Amino acid sequence: MTNRMILRFLSLADNVGLARVAVAQMAGQIGFSLSDVEEIKVAVSEAVSNAIIHGYQGREDGWVEVACSVAGDELVVTVEDWGVGIADIAKAREPAYSTDPERMGLGFVFMESLMHAVVVESAPGRGTRVEMRRRARVGALSRDVQ
Amino acid sequence: MTIVHLLHGPRLVVALKGDLDLKSAGELRQALDQLIDRFPDRDLIIDLTEVEFVDSSGLGVILGRYKRLSARGRSLQLTGVRPPVRTVLDLAGIAKLVTISDHLPKSPVR
Ligand SMILES: Nc1ncnc2c1ncn2[C@@H]1O[C@H](COP(=O)(O)OP(=O)(O)O)[C@@H](O)[C@H]1O
Ligand SMILES: [Mg+2]
Repeated sequence: MTNRMILRFLSLADNVGLARVAVAQMAGQIGFSLSDVEEIKVAVSEAVSNAIIHGYQGREDGWVEVACSVAGDELVVTVEDWGVGIADIAKAREPAYSTDPERMGLGFVFMESLMHAVVVESAPGRGTRVEMRRRARVGALSRDVQ
Repeated sequence: MTIVHLLHGPRLVVALKGDLDLKSAGELRQALDQLIDRFPDRDLIIDLTEVEFVDSSGLGVILGRYKRLSARGRSLQLTGVRPPVRTVLDLAGIAKLVTISDHLPKSPVR
C-alpha cells in the first residue's frame, strides 16, 4: 500500500482538527492500531499548532502545508510554514522551553515521544519544516523502554 | 466545545465535550476562570468522559487552572480520563500535581 496526500490551508486554529483527521485517516490505511492513531494525531496537532501560533504569530493569512505519505508500514508527515522561523532549534526542542510564557513547551516533547523520528529544519525569516516518521510494525517507542 | 457545570457536594464539577486543542483552548480558559471566580470556595473537578482528544494546548489550560486554584488553596481533580487522554497526561507528568480518577467521588451525605 502506497499513498500520498498534500493538504494546504490558512493559519487558522479551526484547521488543526482538519489536519489531524486527514493524517489519521491515512495512518489507518497501513494498519496502525487505534491507540497508535490517537498518538499520531497528537504529534500532528502539535506541529500544526506551532506553525499557526509561533510561525505566523496569530496572523491568519499564512499558508500551512501538511504532506503525508504511507508506504509499506511507514507513515511520514511533514508540516511546513513560511513564517518567522526558529533561531535556535536545539533550544526550541528542549522540554519546557517556550517563547510564550502562557505555554508549556511540551509540543516537541510530545512529537518526539509519539513518533519514531522528528527532524526540524528552520531559518529565521523563512519558515519551518518538521518531518515526523512512525512505523506501524516495529517495537516500542523509546518512551516505553526508558 | 460544550461546557456544562454542576455543584456536587462541596465541589464544582465541569463536564467538557469535544476536542481540547488550540481551537477550544481560549474559550475553555475563559469559561473555567469565570466559574472558578463565581464559586470561590469550591474545589474543581473536570469531567473528561466526553473528551477524546487533548494536546499540549488543551493541557496548558488545565495546568493553568491548577496553578490558579492551588494559589488559592483549592484543588483540581480530573475524572473520566480515557486512554488516549491518559497517554498525554502521563507524558506531561500531570499525575504528580492533579488527582486523576475514573469516576466522580461520592457526594457526602448531608
Ligand atoms: N513553526 C514554528 N515557527 C516558529 N517557532 C516555532 C515553531 N515551532 C516551534 N517554535 C518555537 O519552539 C518553541 C517550543 O515549541 P513547543 O515545544 O511546541 O512548545 P510551545 O508551543 O508550548 O511553546 C516555541 O515556543 C517556539 O518559540
Ligand atoms: Mg507547541
